Parts: sequence; C-alpha cells; structure tokens
Amino acid sequence: MDETILLAHGSGGQMSHGLIEGLFLKYLGNPILAALDDAAVVDPPGASGGGRLAFTTDSYVISPIFFPGGDIGKLAVCGTVNDLAMSGATPIYLSAGFILEEGLPLAELERVVASMAETARAAGVSIVAGDTKVVEHGKADRLFINTAGIGRVPAGLELGNDRVRPGDLILLSGTVGDHGMTIMSQREGLRFSSPLQSDCAPLNGLVTAMLAALLAADDAGWGALHCMRDPTRGGVATVLNEIAARSGVGIEVEEAAIPVREAVRAACELLGLDPLYVANEGKLLAFVSPEGAEPLLAAMRAHADGREAAIIGRVTAEHAGRVALRTVLGARRVLSMLAGEQLPRIC
Amino acid sequence: MCLAVPGLIKWVDGMAAQVEIGGVERTISVALTPDVRVGDYVLVHTGFAIGVIDEQEALETLRLLSELLEGSAEECLFSSTGEP
Amino acid sequence: MRYLDEFRDPQLARRLLDHIWARSTRRVCLMEFCGGHTHAIFRHGLRQMLPPTVELRSGPGCPVCVTADRDLDRAIAIARLPNVILTTFGDMLKVPGSSGSLQEARAEGADVRIVYSTLDALQIAREHPDRDVVFLGIGFETTAPTVAAALLQAEAEGIRRFYVLSLHKLTPPAMRAILDSGQVGLGGIIGPGHVTTVVGSAAWEFLPREYHMPCAVAGFEPLDILRAVAALVEMAEEGRAEVVNAYSRSVRPQGNPVALAMMERVFAVDRADWRGLGSVPQSGLTLRPAYARFDAALAFPVETGPSRPHPGCRCGDVVRGVLDPPDCPLFRRVCTPARPVGPCMVSAEGACAAWYTYGQDDEDG
Repeated sequence: MDETILLAHGSGGQMSHGLIEGLFLKYLGNPILAALDDAAVVDPPGASGGGRLAFTTDSYVISPIFFPGGDIGKLAVCGTVNDLAMSGATPIYLSAGFILEEGLPLAELERVVASMAETARAAGVSIVAGDTKVVEHGKADRLFINTAGIGRVPAGLELGNDRVRPGDLILLSGTVGDHGMTIMSQREGLRFSSPLQSDCAPLNGLVTAMLAALLAADDAGWGALHCMRDPTRGGVATVLNEIAARSGVGIEVEEAAIPVREAVRAACELLGLDPLYVANEGKLLAFVSPEGAEPLLAAMRAHADGREAAIIGRVTAEHAGRVALRTVLGARRVLSMLAGEQLPRIC
Repeated sequence: MCLAVPGLIKWVDGMAAQVEIGGVERTISVALTPDVRVGDYVLVHTGFAIGVIDEQEALETLRLLSELLEGSAEECLFSSTGEP
Repeated sequence: MRYLDEFRDPQLARRLLDHIWARSTRRVCLMEFCGGHTHAIFRHGLRQMLPPTVELRSGPGCPVCVTADRDLDRAIAIARLPNVILTTFGDMLKVPGSSGSLQEARAEGADVRIVYSTLDALQIAREHPDRDVVFLGIGFETTAPTVAAALLQAEAEGIRRFYVLSLHKLTPPAMRAILDSGQVGLGGIIGPGHVTTVVGSAAWEFLPREYHMPCAVAGFEPLDILRAVAALVEMAEEGRAEVVNAYSRSVRPQGNPVALAMMERVFAVDRADWRGLGSVPQSGLTLRPAYARFDAALAFPVETGPSRPHPGCRCGDVVRGVLDPPDCPLFRRVCTPARPVGPCMVSAEGACAAWYTYGQDDEDG
C-alpha cells in the first residue's frame, strides 16, 4: 500500500477504490457498507414497537489526532453515539465522512479507522455509509471527520432541554475535565506529564441501564427523566446554563459534590482554569424528578461508566435562567456561561 | 495577578527540576531558588520556582487558626510580630 | 493538594469569619490590590460572607488591566510583522487594542502563540532559528524575575532572534499613586502575596510609615485572604498601622534576593504608562543597555498611530478603585466578556470580569 495520502486518493479512480477496499472496508466492513451503493438502504430494527427516529451529526477537527485515552476516530464515533443516547435513542447506524490532508501518512489513517471500528463494535453500532475527500496540503489539519447517526427512541420516552422542572435533581455520571485537560497537556507550550487520559467513551450502555432501572423502579418510570446532556465543549457549566435558559428554571449546584480527579484539579490550578468549563467526552448529566433519583443513581454507580456518579445539584423555581454555585466555603456565587474558550493564564 | 501553585520537588539537575502537583509533573527552572532540595515544596509561577515554602510556618498557621479563641491565638495571627 | 486544600478548610474559614464579624464595628474600606485576590474572592464567594462594615475595592494589581492601549497596539503591530512569532501569556490574547486584539490579529494571519512560561518561548526560538520570536512581557515583580532568568539563559546559549517586549511594571509606585490621589477612602490594603514573596514584606513598610496605612500581605487561598482581612479589621478598630505578614509560609521580610538580583541585572527602572494612573515615574521595567539586542522595542520600531480608547470606557477609574464595575455605564449593557470594551472585562482577574462572571447575590434580588 502507498505510504501517504495523495490527491489521487480522493479522485474516485483506482486509488480511491484501493483505499476504500484496502483500508476502510477492511476495518469497518459490514454487508451494507461493502455493497458500496450510493446510499445505505436500511430497515432499522424496532420499527414495529413505535417510537421515533433520532438523527444527529457532528464534525471532528481535534488536534492532536492521537492523545492519551483516544484519538479523533474514537471521538467521532463516541460523539455521535452519545448525542443519540442523550436523546434516549438506541444508536444503530452511523455514517463517516473523511476529509484528508494530502501527505497524511497512511499508517495514521489506518490507526484512526481501526479505532473507529473497535469503538463502533463496543457501542454496538455499524458504520454503513462513508465518503472520502482529499485536499491539498495545508487545507486541512491532517484529517477531519464528520459522522452522522440514526437511532430509535422508544415510545413513551420524551426528553428535552425544555422539559426540566423545579424540584428536579441533577445527576452527573463521573469526574469532570479529564478530556479537556488531557488535550491541554499535549499542547505546545503547555506540556506537562500526568496520569490523565481522555474519558472518551460511548454512553449508550450506561443510558440503557439507566432507563431499565427507571422502568423497574416502584414509584418512577420514564416520565421521571426529563433531560440528558453530555457536557462536551464548554463543560458542565455551559450545559447547566443552557438548560436553565431553555427550561426557564434556576439551578443550584454544590461545588463539593462535583467529582474531579486530583490530577485534573492540579492541572487546572497550574493553568488557571476552572474544571466546570472543561470538555468531557464520556460523561452525562441527567435531570430527573426526585422519585427517580435514587434508582437512577444506583444504576449509574453499578455500571462501569458511572462508578463515580453523584447528585450535584437541584432545579429551582427561583432565579430562573441563572445557575448558582454553592462554593466549598458555603457561599453562593453565579456560575455563568463563558464568552468563549477558557485560556490558560498566569495572573 | 501571579498565579503560583505549591509543588513538590522530585529531582534537581542543575537549574532544572521536576515538580509534582497533585499527580501532575512538570519540569521547571529553579534559577530563582538555586538552594532548593528534593523534598522541598516550592511556589511555581510560569515554569519557575519563585520561592520555597516554609512548612513549619504553614503548620503553625493552621495550628493557630484551629485554636482561634479569644485572646492569645489572635495576637499571633493578626499582629506584625507573629510571636505568641 | 498539599498547601492548597488545607487553606480552603470550611471550618477554619468559618472561625475566621466569626472573628471578623465579632470584631468589626466600624466601616472600613479595604483595597485588594492584586487581581488574583479579586478573582479568588469572587470565586469562593468571600464578599457575601463578610460583614457589611467591611467593603472591598479592587485595585490596579492586574497587569492586563493596567497595560496602556499604546503598548498593546505596539505588541499587535509587532505580531503582524512578517516572520515574527509573537509569544504571549494567555491573559493578553483577547484584550482589545485600538484596532483589534492579538486574537483577531491571529485570525488575520499573524503567528501568535500562547505560552505558559518564557522558557517555552525560548524553546520556540530554538526550534525556529529563521524566525523572530518576540515574547510579550507583562506582569509585576512575580513575573519579571522569570523573564530576566529566561533572558540570561538566552544570552548564555547564544540564542539569537529572541526578543522581549517589556511591559513589566512595579507595584509600590502604583500603590503610592493610588494613595497620593486620595480619591479612595481606604482603611487598609490587602497586599499581593506572590509579588511580596519576591520583594519581601519590608517593601511595604512605607505604607504605615508614610501613609499610616495598614497592610496585610495575603496568600490566595480563602484562609489566607480571610486572615489578612481579620488583621486589617483588627488594626482599623485599634487605629494601628503596621505591615502584617499573613502569608508567612511564602513571604519573608527580605523576599527572594536571588530573584531580585536577577531582575536588577537585566532590567532598569523607568517611567511607565499605566491605564488609569497615567504616567507614573520609576514604575516600569526596561531592558538595560547590556541586553539591548533582546529588546523588541528597539529591534521592531513600529508606528501605531494615536491610540483610540473607547470614549465611554471607565477601566481607568475601576483600576484606581474609584468606581465599582456595576456603576460603569457600559457594564453589561455594552461591555461584556463576549464583546469587551476594555481590559477589565477581559482579564480573568479584572474587576469587571469578576463582577460579571461571578455575579453578586444582591444584584439578582
């Protein structure tokens, strides 16, 4: 096989075919994808049970493309799987579109695609449609990936940003800031060594366990769960502010209740960052009415991806649209939305 | 201004040293604290140790704060002499 | 984390607060000189926990906030030069100059890179011997020695095409300027703990001696700040004025002589322009003639045109402590972190950013 990606790999001719068959199909192969038709014609399971389809898309441009705990490929699969899972959907099919920079070593592309295959397998989804384009050197930062995904939301499950109500409790599935600080530690000029790893992971397994627990609980059902969100860019603080605005409610969180790894705290102290604004790629926030909180928390903690789950706050009718944080000292202060990205500081 | 974080010196090699803070490690310069030794805690600011932390003083401060009662402890905590 | 967590103990904080509440009978206005204190106070919600007799005012100890427009414009102009790599601490990236910020210059093609340390800028210079690497030097006496040390290292290694644009400033002259203006009725100053780690607590003796002004040097954890406030309240109640070292684990009377010597060797003291304070004598650091070849101001003389501060911007009054951010007509209405008019809203430790981001309980009602 060739050593690096060339413009010809994107032109649709022999080299494109060679790449598709020799690399993409080799790892992502399934009967639907292997047909290489213009479109994947699918019959998603569960149609007879009613419910609705969920459909989402995301693009991934992260740099560096390989980092402790993951890579851009794993991220691309998890990100879309998680968006579906947050809507209550069982993810079924994904598409993957690649924009490759001329000169990208094939070995790196192979590593990324192998990772996607492994992640898809772990999440129980198939990548059934794909596309490849190659752009001139300098026009893309190594590679960009877009994934779109469909899944089925079971009948009786209704979640939304605007469905959160005063009295709801807020559950967080685990430690915050792991992904963002891992990426930060790889950046030129900021490098430090740490045991940190990205928390990049598919959350659909955890969500399935959570939904099952609610259904099995005596006083709760799916109606108790109002919203789920994964706090990616902008972190937990951003999601809380979005929910407060969309649902027209106030939110109060306890700083002491929010799980943070010591290494994340240390890295944040060093660079002057707040873990509540740092990206996560394997965590979720759940907004649930009180009767559903206990069964949900138990189910999360029993699952490998929710061992450190905690109740971090509650929803209130007061100060609608604002998020208040009770600091470790017991004082209250506003936890606002940031204007843009958090930057490391020395002052 | 002046974000500076306490870190533990793990090794020293000339003007460079490895500092550890909560499991995170970074190589820093000890050009401003040349007498630093392994096991010392230093204040880290922009990749430099700017001062060595006096652990006795730290413990003493915490002890005084926990004993904060009317009278003696206050004298030590809030006056310039700092002597009990 | 050692020496951080212990100084955030809620129980001990409660005791200090109880003590402050019990002792404070008369109104006193304290200036938290240092932007890092402004940030820490808001982050932990300390303002709400203090009695109403204790008022806190932010001061000019925010290097970003006091950088003059003209100086920032110069840095941006240098960044735009072909072949220059402008390295900067993250703090300066979004500050608006007369025509855009460093971030905007970067979006338009300037090579602007964030570094955590001047040593990282030095590393970039080693890796790019064909480019001119300029380091934007902001910060007070905590940071200046680190820049001096990096410069000395550059000299020892014979690194060429590495430059420093020194906008470093000194804190005591700023304190004097504030007190001399007499505009703020201060009863005490919370002294900058990390600056003082370098300059030594003796550097503040002029405050009680010449101004009968109490000063308590504070660290940046809640217990440190509360301890300093308690000491200042104590002194205010008794009419005493002294320098209290409330950060004894880091601060010594003589400071860090090695750091001071290094600063002295590389930098000379000169007049400097401060936003809000104007031109202050003997308050800025410039590279000595022996290090002229590292001086970006000499190597890259740039024309910046007249600086054009926004007409309504009151950052100058905010850094002098004569105006609280909510009283600025632009605050929140026009000037927000997303579209900042002045540096006080951009800097993580600027008073306006702190008020906006962390809010005030009584503001919300």
